[in-house]
Amino acid sequence: MMDSAVDLADAEFAAVVTTHRPQIFRFLLASTRDVDLAETLTQECFLKAHRNWGGFRGESSAMTWLMRIAINLQKDHWRNRRMQFWRHTQTNSVDLDEASEWLPSGESSAEQRVLTHERVGQVWKAVERLSERQRTVFLLRYVEEAELSEIAQATGLSEGTVKAHLSRALGKVRGELGGKR
Amino acid sequence: MNSSNEKTKLDNELAIDPTLEQALKEFRSSVQTWSEAMYTRPRTALAAAPQQRVWRLAVGWALGVALVAGGVSGGFYERQHRQELAQMEAARMAEQQKIAAAEKVREEEDLLAKVDSEVAREVPSAMEPLAQLMAEDETNK
Repeated sequence: MMDSAVDLADAEFAAVVTTHRPQIFRFLLASTRDVDLAETLTQECFLKAHRNWGGFRGESSAMTWLMRIAINLQKDHWRNRRMQFWRHTQTNSVDLDEASEWLPSGESSAEQRVLTHERVGQVWKAVERLSERQRTVFLLRYVEEAELSEIAQATGLSEGTVKAHLSRALGKVRGELGGKR
Repeated sequence: MNSSNEKTKLDNELAIDPTLEQALKEFRSSVQTWSEAMYTRPRTALAAAPQQRVWRLAVGWALGVALVAGGVSGGFYERQHRQELAQMEAARMAEQQKIAAAEKVREEEDLLAKVDSEVAREVPSAMEPLAQLMAEDETNK
């Protein structure tokens, strides 16, 4: 009886991993621009989630819960790095130009691809200048396409604060694109 | 009223014009393409990881052994050093005791010599007449 309950929980968790792992990895990759770090943090996120799976009450969606863990892990990572400034602080983050080279293989012309590359680069540049919180909120909204309520739950902020961060983030992106502020 | 104005202002700022919308769409597609490519790539790094771990382990062991060896030899040296110091201290104490004993002997000899000299001292001049009287008495008897 007990074993079957554990098996069921494990099966549920396995399904959650399969469904949400690529999305958590994508969010962490966009946040850090470091493939190895994103992989490590994704792994840590699911390890932590597995340990606490019994305590997950379904008050929010599994995705929001996982995203919250991922955001906290990322915060801890940067905090630890700041504390360990005396250590070898090599970063594997790819530069903005390399990040903006990834474009979907469509049927667009060479000219269009150049323009797209340029615009994506401008957005990356603006994203780099955002504060940690603004960046998190911006990526959740415009890459993960999360609702404001979901972002609020994942970040632990109020919806009003989420809106304020988004507004500032969008202002910077507009500024970088040369549009209105 | 103020908060509703604030809300409207924020909502207006969150409204996206076509240029921005296009840029955000391209950015999203770019991140998705990159993420998919990285997520499904063959993990060559995994093969390198254990080797790195072995290196770290080896360096850790070497450092550990060096630390233990350093600790043991340091302890041995410290023990030897203390023994030498104790020997030197003992020799110094013995020397001091010897000097003190010689000093004491000398002081005693000095004291005895002083006593002897005081006991053997001649009769003071003021007592001379009395001494003569005593000497005469002796001869008259």
